[in-house]
Amino acid sequence: MASIQGKKMNPSRFHPSQIKFYVILIPMAILTGLPIVFIFSQALKPLNELYLYPPRFFVSHPSLSSFRKLLEAMNSSDVPIYRYFFNSIVSTLLTVLCTVGITACAGYALSKKNFRAKNLIFGINTMALMFVGAAVKIPKYLIVYGTGMIDKFAVHIIPALAMPVGLFLVKQFMDQIPNELLEAAKIDGATDWYTFRKIVVPLSKSSLATVVILTFQTAWNTIEASELYLNHDNQKTFAYYMSTLTTTGNDVAGIGMAAAATLIMFIPNLIIFIVMQNNVMSTMAHSGIK
Amino acid sequence: MSKKNEQKREERSAYLFLAPYLILFLTFIVIPVALAMTLSFTDFDSVNFPKWAGLKNYISLFTSDAVFMQYVVPNTLKFSLIAGPLGYILSFLMAWMLAQVPKRSRTLLALILYSPSMTSGVAMTVIWKVLFNGDQTGYLNSLLLNWGLIREPVQWLQSTEWLMPVMIIVTLWSSMGVGFLSMLAGILNINPELYEAGYIDGVKNRFQEIVHITIPSLKPQMLFGAVMAVVNTFQAGAIGVTLSGSNPTPQYAGQLVLNHIEDYGFLRYEMGYASAISVVLLIFIAVSSKGVFKLFGDGE
Repeated sequence: MASIQGKKMNPSRFHPSQIKFYVILIPMAILTGLPIVFIFSQALKPLNELYLYPPRFFVSHPSLSSFRKLLEAMNSSDVPIYRYFFNSIVSTLLTVLCTVGITACAGYALSKKNFRAKNLIFGINTMALMFVGAAVKIPKYLIVYGTGMIDKFAVHIIPALAMPVGLFLVKQFMDQIPNELLEAAKIDGATDWYTFRKIVVPLSKSSLATVVILTFQTAWNTIEASELYLNHDNQKTFAYYMSTLTTTGNDVAGIGMAAAATLIMFIPNLIIFIVMQNNVMSTMAHSGIK
Repeated sequence: MSKKNEQKREERSAYLFLAPYLILFLTFIVIPVALAMTLSFTDFDSVNFPKWAGLKNYISLFTSDAVFMQYVVPNTLKFSLIAGPLGYILSFLMAWMLAQVPKRSRTLLALILYSPSMTSGVAMTVIWKVLFNGDQTGYLNSLLLNWGLIREPVQWLQSTEWLMPVMIIVTLWSSMGVGFLSMLAGILNINPELYEAGYIDGVKNRFQEIVHITIPSLKPQMLFGAVMAVVNTFQAGAIGVTLSGSNPTPQYAGQLVLNHIEDYGFLRYEMGYASAISVVLLIFIAVSSKGVFKLFGDGE
């Protein structure tokens, strides 16, 4: 009997005893999923359905008219549509690439190197997990100003690169790479850089993929740089453009356009997460704070 | 090669690998915090050089800022004490149940529960505004009117009564984030033999099983999840302004500390005063996290 209890976790197939969990999980998933479904439904509604009273949750005749309106609106503004997209894509890609590189290097040092300040630095980083960036917007602005990054495209990227959660996850994950492996490589004459690139990075792929997802989510969604540090519209991102839609467009057509933009913002996050979700789960298995 | 030399080389290479992260971490996280602390003791209007003001900002914050003491502090306490623990408990329970269904349905359900974390707060505003619209064209109003639960439309986002509950619901909706995934993975990785041993040692039911086996084995992930819950709750703190569309929120009903900082920093340009509020918020977050470490940490 005792052994049956233990096997209840991570079951390989359906068993009637699981029904009680489904009874709670499925309604929760539906409640959580409804607003997401609503983004799709609202974005695909033609104008007359957006006007409809009483309002209907689901779209009955899907159309792309809101997307077309969005394109028109963007084309008639001073900054052409592709410019916002270009800015978003370039800044997000560069942020993701640099963050992964910097985090992997730092994680390697903290996990596999011996030096005096090691525990102190990791301790401070763990404390910084609870750092809420929005609380220090003002001093951060002063620093961005002081370093001369106002109105430079790099301001999308450089202030966003240090991510304590990412370093934390990567370091914890690298901790389980056996030290013997690295020592063997060293004896064979491998340099640090070579060991790092050829052994450590490939073995920590899961955790690095997780950093990709987390960085992508923040970089793609953030409007901080566009809002605070950049004055010219042609340097701003799609996320920023869409935030102006949600704050100004209160008429019905505006609501359709904003929903279409919300959907465009959401889809890349969803795809990247689905593609990489296995990596996330294996990283998270080592995510505990010990 | 002498041992001392080798140790020196090891240190040098460690710092080389750490340098880029460390420099950015210092510049954009440590120094802003230090700067906020320094500025909080000054008068600073963002044009003239800051003037030393001693404790003046803190004194007026706690003695003469009626909005802060009457609305901001109680609102923040209410919001964080409800949304934080509730979101956390919900994440744990969902993770615990998900761990007991087969992989395929687990992956799908976990993806749906996590999906709010992939949306951006700003982008979702447009959706909430339509769902919670104050006249009868709002979806929630229309539904409740239809069912006869209310007689006239409720001003969800503009009323002092409802803004806070809506903020809490929206925050709970997106509370299953990284911490939730961490706890889920943690539960799945608990050694099954522990359960067997537990039942032999006298665990009698599922509740005892959670208390005596699951939670103790999951402590590191639960601590990580709790820290993430604290951060998420305080980060969500600006949501009242986005939902109601105005800062200050209607009669300060949804005014939280983050909004108060913005109000003074970016609308009134009293940077010294705003920094003092930031410091108070950071202390508040640190104290909450300390409590969380006490609860789940290794008994220090």
